[in-house]
Amino acid sequence: MKLFEQPSHVLHDMLVNNEITSLELTEAILSRIDEVEGDVKAYLTLTRDEAIAQAKAVDEKIARGEKISFLEGIPGAIKDNICTKGVKTTCASKILQNFVPPYSATVVNKLNAENAVILGKTNLDEFAMGGSTENSAYFPTRNPWNTECVPGGSSGGSAAAVAAGTAVWAIGSDTGGSIRQPASFCGVVGMKPTYGRVSRYGLVAYASSLDQIGPITKDVTDCAHILNIIAGHDDMDSTCVNEAVPDYTKALVEDVKGLKLAIPKEYFVDGMDPDVEKAIRDSIKKLEELGAEVVEISLPNTAHAISTYYLIAPAEAATNLERYDGVSYGERADGVDIVDMMTNTRSQYFGEEVKRRIMIGNYALSAGYYDAYYLKALKVRRLVKEDYDKAFEKVDVIVCPTAPSPAYKIGEKIDNPLEMYLQDVCTVPLNLAGLPGISVPCGFSSKGMPIGMQLIGKPLDEATLIRTAYTYEQSQDFHKSRAALGGK
Amino acid sequence: MKVTKKDLETVALLSRLSIPAEKEEQYTQQLSAILDYIDNLSTVNTDEIQPIAHVLPISNVFRDDVVKESLDRDLALSNAPLKDEGYFKVPKILEG
Repeated sequence: MKLFEQPSHVLHDMLVNNEITSLELTEAILSRIDEVEGDVKAYLTLTRDEAIAQAKAVDEKIARGEKISFLEGIPGAIKDNICTKGVKTTCASKILQNFVPPYSATVVNKLNAENAVILGKTNLDEFAMGGSTENSAYFPTRNPWNTECVPGGSSGGSAAAVAAGTAVWAIGSDTGGSIRQPASFCGVVGMKPTYGRVSRYGLVAYASSLDQIGPITKDVTDCAHILNIIAGHDDMDSTCVNEAVPDYTKALVEDVKGLKLAIPKEYFVDGMDPDVEKAIRDSIKKLEELGAEVVEISLPNTAHAISTYYLIAPAEAATNLERYDGVSYGERADGVDIVDMMTNTRSQYFGEEVKRRIMIGNYALSAGYYDAYYLKALKVRRLVKEDYDKAFEKVDVIVCPTAPSPAYKIGEKIDNPLEMYLQDVCTVPLNLAGLPGISVPCGFSSKGMPIGMQLIGKPLDEATLIRTAYTYEQSQDFHKSRAALGGK
Repeated sequence: MKVTKKDLETVALLSRLSIPAEKEEQYTQQLSAILDYIDNLSTVNTDEIQPIAHVLPISNVFRDDVVKESLDRDLALSNAPLKDEGYFKVPKILEG
């Protein structure tokens, strides 16, 4: 395998054993970017000089005989809705096209404290609203497995970069599936931790009660290591859970004996791609052979999760995005008075999907509709959560597809927003319930596109997800497959 | 739920968005289709159900009232579209 194809844990060992330097590694990834970024278009901003400087500093530290931490000297990428001090953070929106944050997100501070090499900021659907990265105001990102297909979204840039070898690891955010679904489409591992497990400070808010930051990696081992780095309490985020962070790498054991896995029948929806269904059923059988007990369960309110999500998320977004008023930061358009200026600013610089969600949200929150829509959604949200609470009294992990189909063609669904929303059927219920979920590669479609299996866990039980995902991963070779990218 | 042109105007005003005439039809159709779908919630019995705004059992997170370091004013104003002597500058708010 070439350097750009290796996961972080292999590269870390090579750095420790003086087989490579961080500068060699960083230059290898940068030349991979030169080679394929024109085809993939995962990045909105590259920070080459800073990356090289960081790599040299790590090499000096190694030369002095100092011990290095896991991600030290290993190049990765950050989704462009996570604030990086002094480096443009656009949310793939024109309204933040010149925004340079005066502070960094807690997650970025933690990665910097680790001396990770940061290569740049990755593309997304504008303000993380979308599932294909086509809603970026700049350009769509392409799936490295077939550049005519979407990489998924909204963390499409992060997932595509890891799959293309233009980043060893990446950070994404997940409000309704935005880490897990692109990980599934791009054949990589993506985890949405429990709501509150990772600080959201410095993550540009989309839907605050649903948003969560997590890792996108080449395998489960890297996922566990990066979760160790980014998880934990933070005074700057009052919704961050104040519970000790276990060492997630201790869960990297090949053993699912005695674990009780559940298949929720509602997740095998009508119209599901037959290749996806087969891959998931085969994987569940594999887990059973490896010693897990498998039972079928029912989560009856799953059918209402999409409606609930597409009221709550837009309602929170409508409120959160009020701040883009042309006053304190972001772009400003001209206007005869302040209301005119604000209206012109928002009309000119927000994209179509963002406008659509703001309007749905304000509609659901407005007088006369509040009880029928927003309040109703908050009640059904409790029902969705209670379904899981009941299930987890009896089982340890729920297993299902991450998405009902593999990656589709660019342009195929973009004109029909409702059809696009329905694709989120397997991922949004977890965000409503605040539960952790991981997507692991579990096969390929007949057209050679990756398929992801989603594992859902109890609150704060990421360790059992990692253990199950790792045991499955080690039993097959899907995570070692790499996108061909025209032989490059 | 059929979203009318008038509904669209109201919600656009609330959202501080102006919708160009040639886009009105598209938006009313798309919003109607989305709200039609969402209407399936009305079939769910929630009579005895309390709403939840978020899933964590956390409320009233307090901290000691101690002054901490914060952004300096120039840095906080560094992204302002228009500023003047340490303040954000905006178009006229009051008449007269």
